[in-house]
Amino acid sequence: MPEGYLPIFVFMVVALLFPVVAIVAAKLVRPSSPFATKLEAYECGIKAASSSRGRYTVRFYIVAILFVIFDVETIFLYPWAVRYQSLGWFGVAEVTVFLVILVVGYVWAYKKGALQWV
Amino acid sequence: MLDTIFFYVFALLTIGGAIATITRRSAMHSALSLIVSLLGVAGLYLLQKAEFLFAVQIVLYIGGIMVLFLFVIMLVNLDQAAKERQFNRQWLLGLVASVLVGAQMVWMLNSAGVLSLPAAVPAPAATGPGNIEALADLLFREYLLPFEVASLLLLVAIVGSVMMAKKTS
Amino acid sequence: MLVNFTPPSASEYIRVLPEILLTVGGTILMIAEGLAGERHRRGLAPMALAFLLLALGGAVVAGMDPGPAFNNMLTVDGYATFFRLLVLIVGILSVLISGSYLTRENADSADYYALILFSLCGQSILASANELIMVFIGLEISSIATYVLAGFLRNDKRNNEAAIKYFLLGSFATAFLLYGVGWIYGVTGTTNLQEIHRFLTSSESVYSPLLVSACAAMMFVGFAFKVSAAPFQGWAPDVYQGAPAPVSAFMTAAPKAAAFAVFLRVYSIAFSGLTERWQPILWVSAMATMVIGNFAALRQDNIKRMLAYSSVAHAGYVMVAVVAHSEAGVAAAMFYLASYAFMNLGAFAIVTHYVGKGERYVGIDDMAGYARQQPLIAALFTWFLLSLIGVPLTGGFFGKFYVFKSAIDSNLIWLTVLGLLNSAVAAYYYLRIIVVMYFHEPTNETGAAGPVPAGVRLALIGSAIGVFVLGVMPSAVLEFANRSAMLSR
Repeated sequence: MPEGYLPIFVFMVVALLFPVVAIVAAKLVRPSSPFATKLEAYECGIKAASSSRGRYTVRFYIVAILFVIFDVETIFLYPWAVRYQSLGWFGVAEVTVFLVILVVGYVWAYKKGALQWV
Repeated sequence: MLDTIFFYVFALLTIGGAIATITRRSAMHSALSLIVSLLGVAGLYLLQKAEFLFAVQIVLYIGGIMVLFLFVIMLVNLDQAAKERQFNRQWLLGLVASVLVGAQMVWMLNSAGVLSLPAAVPAPAATGPGNIEALADLLFREYLLPFEVASLLLLVAIVGSVMMAKKTS
Repeated sequence: MLVNFTPPSASEYIRVLPEILLTVGGTILMIAEGLAGERHRRGLAPMALAFLLLALGGAVVAGMDPGPAFNNMLTVDGYATFFRLLVLIVGILSVLISGSYLTRENADSADYYALILFSLCGQSILASANELIMVFIGLEISSIATYVLAGFLRNDKRNNEAAIKYFLLGSFATAFLLYGVGWIYGVTGTTNLQEIHRFLTSSESVYSPLLVSACAAMMFVGFAFKVSAAPFQGWAPDVYQGAPAPVSAFMTAAPKAAAFAVFLRVYSIAFSGLTERWQPILWVSAMATMVIGNFAALRQDNIKRMLAYSSVAHAGYVMVAVVAHSEAGVAAAMFYLASYAFMNLGAFAIVTHYVGKGERYVGIDDMAGYARQQPLIAALFTWFLLSLIGVPLTGGFFGKFYVFKSAIDSNLIWLTVLGLLNSAVAAYYYLRIIVVMYFHEPTNETGAAGPVPAGVRLALIGSAIGVFVLGVMPSAVLEFANRSAMLSR
């Protein structure tokens, strides 16, 4: 057991248990009588125009994949940030080259209109 | 002792999530189960003191790649997909093939003595810089070229995904 | 922790000069289109050419001062320089034939050239990679750029099919390679090729040869896919047929040569101690690749598909040289890949021009009477096809000669016999095109291709000179190959 992580593990387990216990307990206690009217919009709620399970536009996908790529970029910066001082200017230069290449990709995607919504 | 308990908790999450991923009828439920499985793996990384991999697992896999999965699932017509047969006709062949390859791997690992290794030696107590610091020194010094070239790989990925997904004007 | 860290020296930067120039060139191209606007699209191909020529010069400069770079991640030796120059020349020829094609299809774009440059950068890394991590990254850069190129004409269904097939199968194959890399790291504790070799041949190290063979087998899946060797050749015909013709030309030459370069390097250095384990598998693969490629090509009516199967068959011949596992075999593979690059690019250059807008005329019968309309081009096509057959005085002849000679020297008599029989079979389908061009009456529809654009003409001249030089005075190239074939262990 790595020292210092015990609270985190306990936290994770409690966090996982909490919804499970809540849902199971509620299921045991509450009365169960489902009928269709219960699922409809309440009072001034707007009736659903169509199923929400339709197809979404591909733009979501482009944004998502750009997010993943820049997410990867960010994760590479974590170790650099931790070791920033001892890596010195050489480390800064390395990270700059890394970022410049990716910024080119960002600018390119922007110019292509990949981030435009309409 | 506590270590073992946590190991089994995370292992259960990983395997349970994985089984749910491949057995749920709704693709959305599968994706959500996969998150549970990945979370279990993240916990296992932390148990192994691999803090950086833990961060990667949370930030990248659960935070990034799962978002991508969910968007891709929303791209396809879910109502239609839920009505279709969930398994194609090759499932038996696929099962046989995976069992065979799996058995072969177990046999190989076993004959190599990997499976009968003595109980793992406890990891040496951390002295000096931690895992991420050591990784930073490796990544930015010894492996600086792969690090830089990785940015080119990401750039090509940006170009490829945008070009493939964008509507042609 | 590395305490005594010294930043890389200037000569190490020079050793990666081609990669740096290609990256800079590609990014400038990506930005330039946005800045210059639509009107300056004519300047894109010359710009890409300029960067490629610079990178070619960079590769020469880098080759003059051989040695390792960046903590042994790369090693710039004669072998690396040979393959760097080869892929860059293929890149130049491909860009030359692409300009007019893209204009015809109304798809001029800087992205196309940028992707070619990036793909070449990945291949240049592969040529010099001395570390499995670099192998993986280089392979991925090269492959992802090629996946996108294969589907470049987004509105063409065949392009889309090619791209998606190539992408899905290619990713799966690379996963096997990566899994093999992971296992080999688990067994040996290193990803450096020389250190793997040292570990596997040292009497002190404890390991299971079975497990290492499994690693070699998994990495074989990845490499065999990239070079389209049996049984992982299934994607090749569909992808080469579906992709835009200039891209097919590029794909059959450059990524394949780079993949063979790294395949040979990994197997001759890291796994050289386990030859008796992987040699029989590669033997079967080489045999199957030749047979499948040649016999399937016999039955094709589509010229791109036929050239695709022919490309599989030629990969089989190179596999023979890999199986030989000797310095002569490495040199033969290098020579063969160079001569194949030239003759194949020449043939594809003509196909690129001939197919016309929307790639309508892809049938072999569409070439009927071509010799009467374009006697010079038809003669050149005949020259390339004869080289693909392996007729003396062409580069193809010496390529086959050296490959089979190295196989005989390594006592692979049966494989040589099979290879020679296959070459005889191959003659049939190449000759068929020549017969159709010279002795069939032209049909009404054909001959719409018109005059040959300057870029294609230049590429044809370049390829023809390449085939000629390799066919008439092979000694210069072969000597260089022989000198560089000794890979440092």
